[in-house]
Amino acid sequence: MSAITHHPSDAMLAAYAAGNLPHPFAVVVASHVSLCGQCRATFEAHQAVGGVVLEESHAVPVSPSLRENLFAQLDAPFAPEPVYERSGVYPGPVMEAFKGRAPRWKTLGMGVRQDILSRDVNGSVRLLYIPPGQAVPDHSHGGLELTLVLQGSFSDETGRFGVGDLEIADEALEHTPIADEGEACICLAATDARLRFRALVPRLLQPIFRI
Amino acid sequence: MIAIRDDRDRNAFAALFDHFAPRLKGFIIRSGAPAHQAEEIVQDVMLTIWRKAAMFDPHRAQVSAWIYQIARNRQIDIARKENRPMPEELRQEPGSEPDASQILGLEQEAGQLKQALSRLKPEQREMIEKAYLGELTHMEISAQTGLPLGTIKSRIRLGLQRLRHELKDLDQ
Ligand SMILES: [Zn+2]
Repeated sequence: MSAITHHPSDAMLAAYAAGNLPHPFAVVVASHVSLCGQCRATFEAHQAVGGVVLEESHAVPVSPSLRENLFAQLDAPFAPEPVYERSGVYPGPVMEAFKGRAPRWKTLGMGVRQDILSRDVNGSVRLLYIPPGQAVPDHSHGGLELTLVLQGSFSDETGRFGVGDLEIADEALEHTPIADEGEACICLAATDARLRFRALVPRLLQPIFRI
Repeated sequence: MIAIRDDRDRNAFAALFDHFAPRLKGFIIRSGAPAHQAEEIVQDVMLTIWRKAAMFDPHRAQVSAWIYQIARNRQIDIARKENRPMPEELRQEPGSEPDASQILGLEQEAGQLKQALSRLKPEQREMIEKAYLGELTHMEISAQTGLPLGTIKSRIRLGLQRLRHELKDLDQ
């Protein structure tokens, strides 16, 4: 694996460790941390700060029944939560969002495909498949957008992004990412507002394509 | 915690409970939960600690940091009704011997971190507490550029440098 050169900001890792990131961004940051030892160390360092805050919290007595209930349950059988492991280019958090299934690609035209993992009021997180040499459709951002490369690479005005690299874009960035030659580029993209793919799909069709 | 993990020692678990359960309750109430719900969450978190003890790795985390994460996960899962996205777990290499100096180094770093936090001005400290209690949004945190968070982070980072290098080796 080539070295990862584009990382989430430290404030973003802190917010993620504290559980303050909206769900779509948390999926992307969790995926990056799964691929990036450097950010895992920073993430775990922030957990250490959280641990100190917990340790220093004002102690409030718990009721005796809580203790009894708890100890009565220690031997009870339980079903462990499923653990989603990395599968091919997809890190564990993506597999968890898939609930273990394979991607279900929907064609957007020009060979570009997408699979929406989740979408709600907090924004959306999707996989994008972009053939080599193909532009990710020209788009502008209504809010913050995180794009994590899982396979291949793309380049735009701000640089080259390979596997594990995370691009952070906001309204201010007008960019045209183009998938590099070689393998098709697969990215995990999260946004807290609807992307407007101007070149590819007329605005009227957006509700149909759910972009 | 090691006795709980390796020997399923109930006395050790009782001691851990007596230390952390009241702090957890205080922590959760401060995050905004009513007292009765806080107790439910404390019970869930303590049960998770018991059940997931095998995942605890003292080379990488202090007990408090590990419990903090479990508590925040539980709070967020309840709020969202679905699991909070977490990174893949790192596997401990089977049969690997505990590295006492790494564990001690992490403990010392955590001690220094605690001291650094205690030396902050009250309003700065409160800002950090709020952030890690989940009371600040990402935007609010990024706006807090005046915080001496940098010095604290460099401290933690020193302590975790080794971990980082080890992880980098794993990545290759
Ligand atoms: Zn990184």
